[in-house]
Amino acid sequence: MMLIPCPFCGPRSQVEFTYGGDATLRRPAGDADPSRWADYVYLRDNPCGPHDELWYHGAGCRSWFVLRRDTRTHDIIASAPVGEPLDGTRP
Amino acid sequence: MQRYSIASLARGAVGGHLQWSRAWRSPEPRRSYDVVVIGGGGHGLATAYYLAKEHGIRSVAVLEKGWIGGGNTGRNTTIVRSNYHLDPNAHFYEFSLKLWEGLSQELNFNVMYSARGVLNLVHSPADMDAALRRGNALRLNGIDAQFLTREEIARRIPNLDCSPKARFPILGGLLQPRGGTVRHDAVAWGYARAADALGVDIIERCEVTGIHVERGAVTGLRTTRGDIATRRVGIAVAGNSSRVAAMAGVRLPIESHVLQAMVSEPLKPVLDTVVTSGAVHFYISQSDKGELVMGGDLDFYNSYAQRGNLPVIESVVAACLALFPSFGRLRLMRSWGGVMDMTMDGSPIIGKLPVAGLTMTGGWCYGGFKATPASGWVHAWTIARDAVHPLNAAFTLERFAQGRTLDEKGAGPYPWAH
Repeated sequence: MMLIPCPFCGPRSQVEFTYGGDATLRRPAGDADPSRWADYVYLRDNPCGPHDELWYHGAGCRSWFVLRRDTRTHDIIASAPVGEPLDGTRP
Repeated sequence: MQRYSIASLARGAVGGHLQWSRAWRSPEPRRSYDVVVIGGGGHGLATAYYLAKEHGIRSVAVLEKGWIGGGNTGRNTTIVRSNYHLDPNAHFYEFSLKLWEGLSQELNFNVMYSARGVLNLVHSPADMDAALRRGNALRLNGIDAQFLTREEIARRIPNLDCSPKARFPILGGLLQPRGGTVRHDAVAWGYARAADALGVDIIERCEVTGIHVERGAVTGLRTTRGDIATRRVGIAVAGNSSRVAAMAGVRLPIESHVLQAMVSEPLKPVLDTVVTSGAVHFYISQSDKGELVMGGDLDFYNSYAQRGNLPVIESVVAACLALFPSFGRLRLMRSWGGVMDMTMDGSPIIGKLPVAGLTMTGGWCYGGFKATPASGWVHAWTIARDAVHPLNAAFTLERFAQGRTLDEKGAGPYPWAH
């Protein structure tokens, strides 16, 4: 069972959260080349190891935040509100 | 290869079963091969077998980082079926089911294909419309599909709760009679033995750590047992496709997710059909050992861990007990996880990658086991002829950028939604 540290509510059971996928994707400009849009929509690095990902605390504060989690072990490394740096400290 | 038959079994019985030799060799890797297949699961071994059998390419190595069949081939719920709605999926999986039907004879190895039927339950009027539409599409494609009423299902599966007061009321179901189960380990062993007999080198405990690419073409592999020169490499490592493709600089429309399965303690025969429910996303069958084999949803987060967490196990068991209340006295014996290549449209990728000589079969989402024979067959074709076969023409990597996705569920580009 994963204990996920919501940056606003503190550590909570994983059942309170919904997964939102890779947090490192950056949306291209509207008039960017279609190949860049295809890469953004479909391609993923899918790392084996630390992964920055979006989670939604649906059964809590209903906020999105970024979690750094190891995909080999499910160990949680850090979390932060969207747009703030993941400095490696637990809230 | 020593052929298995009733006569060889009788001779063995007389001689105390001392005459059997090992079913496949354990060779040292050579310095070069015509084709190297990465991944010694069902898909990789089938690829190697059909390369040798159908295309006469005998200088083939299968490299496996662990032991053959130790990945997803040994972790699935053994269900085979071809009841897909979209034409490319329907034709491909039907071809696979036809290969399953003759596979024990083809390989001279009993893979225990059991056509016990796969029943998809219908719980609502919307489910009913979808099931009838899919059933009609299947029949138009020449695939068996049969609608069963609630009363027919109650007669066939007496321990299924078909009462109107059930938590998930059953209105009917779509049955594919030729669907069923196959002994998963036997598939790896049968293909390994048959491929080995045709000269394929199966090399276990040999992990690929690099792919050599020169001027846009594959020239060889770096492995934990030395470098191997080759111009053609087939990747069959579903769960880890992204990691292996990245060695050649290729990014894929895939996320790796963990999917769990579990078995009850063994019991006498109680369930002679594969029963699934799309509404609660649950599937169950009884193995020949007597265990009830169950599975459900992904854990819904990226993972390479080959193990999951408890909430999914709880939801699978809750679904089981809602449908089969009498199973409530059973104890759960084991649970395990496997790593799935979840693609952006829920359909596989079988074809050429943007590096000359490099191909893959992967992106199987939940459904790789049933595809094993056809996957190997078309992958071998693509490697041997450097072209796609009509059966995998729709499963190219380029389909995503071209807007030709095969989204059976209509869920959009969210890999965990399929």
